[in-house]
Amino acid sequence: MSDTLTYVYALARDVDPGAAGALRGVGGRPVRTVEAAGVAAVVSDVDRAEFEERALEERLEDLEWLAATARAHHHVVDTLGRDHLVAPLALATVYFDDDRVRAVLTEGRATFAAVLDQLAGRAEWGVKVYGRPGAAREQAGDEKPRSGADYLRRRRAALREGDTALDAAREVAGEVDAAATALAVASRTHRLQDATLSGESDPMVLNRAYLVPVERTDALRELVASYGGHRQVRVELTGPWVPYSFAQAAPEGSTP
Amino acid sequence: MSSGELEPRATSLFGDEEVALVDLLDRLLAGGVVLAGDLTISLAGVDLVRVSLRALITSIAPVERPGTLAVRAERAEQAERGDTERSGAGAPEAGTALEAGRG
Repeated sequence: MSDTLTYVYALARDVDPGAAGALRGVGGRPVRTVEAAGVAAVVSDVDRAEFEERALEERLEDLEWLAATARAHHHVVDTLGRDHLVAPLALATVYFDDDRVRAVLTEGRATFAAVLDQLAGRAEWGVKVYGRPGAAREQAGDEKPRSGADYLRRRRAALREGDTALDAAREVAGEVDAAATALAVASRTHRLQDATLSGESDPMVLNRAYLVPVERTDALRELVASYGGHRQVRVELTGPWVPYSFAQAAPEGSTP
Repeated sequence: MSSGELEPRATSLFGDEEVALVDLLDRLLAGGVVLAGDLTISLAGVDLVRVSLRALITSIAPVERPGTLAVRAERAEQAERGDTERSGAGAPEAGTALEAGRG
């Protein structure tokens, strides 16, 4: 039995073997391609013992391992994705050997061809919208409350304003989403990021990915820029991403 | 990205790197072509908030191994139980009295 497994990063078309060979993947191992049925899998060897242990223990609360693997995966897919058509695979997809990868490629060739066709000439962009609860508070003034009742009245008013500000932010986020969706061929919702993770103090009201044809990139940038300095929201654009959110075997309609 | 930035950096959830880890994990844990690998490492249910809190605890107390923490938690629990037993010292006697009454 071999000491290594074959880790698959992405499916791709017309990959320059030299470009793949210049990359280092998970565990610093060299990247290569395995081809079958007109589709290439971008792969590298990984330590068998490590991945068997992961599969057994599912110790994914090990953030360091998760982060290192995610970064390595992203580095390979993102670098190749700049000049090639790639469909990234889910994190940590491993096979016993290259022959198994060839078998999977051959078996799913029609599906993979369709996935790649759908991604050609398009890139993923992320749009995040944060509310600005501070906007309403600025007008409230800093005078000290005159009494306990005065304090409570002000506190209730502040909470009401906070809710109103958040509702307003959600409404603006809806406008941003509608405009971005009009530019995109597909969109997908991601979870709203907890403040612990985002490191942002402002509440997130939208976290969505859009698959946008390259010729509409400027229009998307302009859309996001047009919300610069908005009183109620802050709009953040990330990308271009390799199409992680849209490399799906089953065609997904635009989700609500 | 210039080659000068390739030195290893401390893991950060907030993404001081080119791409924020949290944005990357949004995509990597829920996206990509899903194929049944020969070994299944289930990532779908990873709760990042929990993972990050655990990482935070580890970074605050790097000397403590999970075992040590568990032992300490147990000791703390025992101490607490000791306190309640002391304050509720009459409880075992009440039980005995009840049994005696029944018998």
